[in-house]
Amino acid sequence: MRPYTYAAATTPSQAVGLAGSASAYLAGGTTLVDLMKLDVLGPSSVIDINALQLTGTTVDSAGLHIGALSRMSDVATDPNVTGAFPVLAQALEASASPQIRNMASIGGNLLQRTRCDYFRDVQTPCNKRQAGSGCPAQDGANRTHAILGTSTSCAATHPSDLAVALMALDAVLTVQGSSGTRQIALADFYQLPGSTPSIENTLKIGELITGVTVPPLAWATNSSYLKVRDRTSYEFALSSAAIAVQLSGTTITAARVAVGGVGTVPWRLPAVESALAGQTASIANFTSAAANAATGATTLSQNGYKVTLVQRVIVRALSELLGVTS
Amino acid sequence: MAQSHSGGLTRRRFFGAAAAASAGIAVATPVAEPIPATAEPISARPEVGSTVSVSCTVNGTAEQLTVDPRVTLLDALRERLNLTGTKKGCDRGQCGACTVHVNGRRVLSCLTLVATVDGQQVTTVEGLACCSALNPVQQAFIDNDGMQCGFCTSGQVMSAVALIREGHAGSAEEIREWMSGNICRCGCYSNIVDAVTQAAGKAV
Repeated sequence: MRPYTYAAATTPSQAVGLAGSASAYLAGGTTLVDLMKLDVLGPSSVIDINALQLTGTTVDSAGLHIGALSRMSDVATDPNVTGAFPVLAQALEASASPQIRNMASIGGNLLQRTRCDYFRDVQTPCNKRQAGSGCPAQDGANRTHAILGTSTSCAATHPSDLAVALMALDAVLTVQGSSGTRQIALADFYQLPGSTPSIENTLKIGELITGVTVPPLAWATNSSYLKVRDRTSYEFALSSAAIAVQLSGTTITAARVAVGGVGTVPWRLPAVESALAGQTASIANFTSAAANAATGATTLSQNGYKVTLVQRVIVRALSELLGVTS
Repeated sequence: MAQSHSGGLTRRRFFGAAAAASAGIAVATPVAEPIPATAEPISARPEVGSTVSVSCTVNGTAEQLTVDPRVTLLDALRERLNLTGTKKGCDRGQCGACTVHVNGRRVLSCLTLVATVDGQQVTTVEGLACCSALNPVQQAFIDNDGMQCGFCTSGQVMSAVALIREGHAGSAEEIREWMSGNICRCGCYSNIVDAVTQAAGKAV
């Protein structure tokens, strides 16, 4: 690790006041400490925000509010979450390991960096880590890489499960900066790589995520998260789906669908949602709707299977959630 | 084996370059110092030597440390407090060998900066046994041969104790899921599940 100064802040304002262009906020550390050891990140100052009073959840007319320093394991079992938004709880418990979930914060989870091996290995080029250096994944090891939202500069997947579920639920972030607080819809937060993969989101220098708001959605009680991966547990998604369905009898009246493991950002699928609306819940209709999932996909030499996989994950998630087998 | 630093070509760098060549990647010049993601010039970086003071309780004993802010809890335990029961496996948060409890919660000490445990209660595998008796989980690992080389065992035991206290030892399937953050390269998983099953329901 490169040297840095360390300071522990006690309030968001103090933390923001300490921040600069080469500083990093430290919460659980599960991304930051890892990437500092790998020399992928090298902040000159580390601002410990663990003492900030940004933990716990509340519910009001605007929805569910999750403090950004709440730990993944606590939110996964929070009574405000498990009943109203099972998709959130399931996405959290499908993430990482119990130890990491005890450490990692909600804000940090949303800002975690890609698991692309080229990004994590400073001996190789990577446009996300070092602008203009190249993207070895385009012709290299790309089995786990994205098929949606890619560019010739980057095809790294966004690793968060939670972000996929929050995307399906129209979540909004609250961030605090030196000029005050503002809200950012998660749908507007993540940036496609384009020609500038190192720019991953719309946070300004020094801005701190203080909370996440999930707007009310009564039928989110009927929601789930399905994650398919190389091993059953403690692994990142090859493809995942966050779904919520409103039913009237056996007819789907509204649906939310977002997918992970296939996009450079957490990927909402409005075309699948609209194809499901008004349809009878059946495997045939799920399959027909899911056919819209990989529209516009760009595959590389080893990740073409994800075009089929993402559709099957959506069909299986719908089938299991609704108990439909035919 | 002593690590060679001669010639400016480390073993890791050699393999990195060889892998790039075999993958058809053009390596125009040897990659010198990697450029960190931040744009801060190296000259503006703080000098090595700044320290932070940490007061915490480790296995019931108050400890005071003055450390470089980069020191992890794992290294502080092993190198400063001589508590070498906690093992350094991957040192990257992937294997679970370094699992300890902070305020009763299982965490990875390799990804925890010791500066962040100021004022906290840390328990390591050395702090589990009480009054000359092994913790029931430790005894169960012996009874069920839940180890081969033993390197991952202290992390497995710390996770197992936490898992039982969390109430996640209801079935073999549940144990496997909630022990998934601890890797055993010897492949003793079946015996580990048996050990956790034996200890479940006891006061651990």
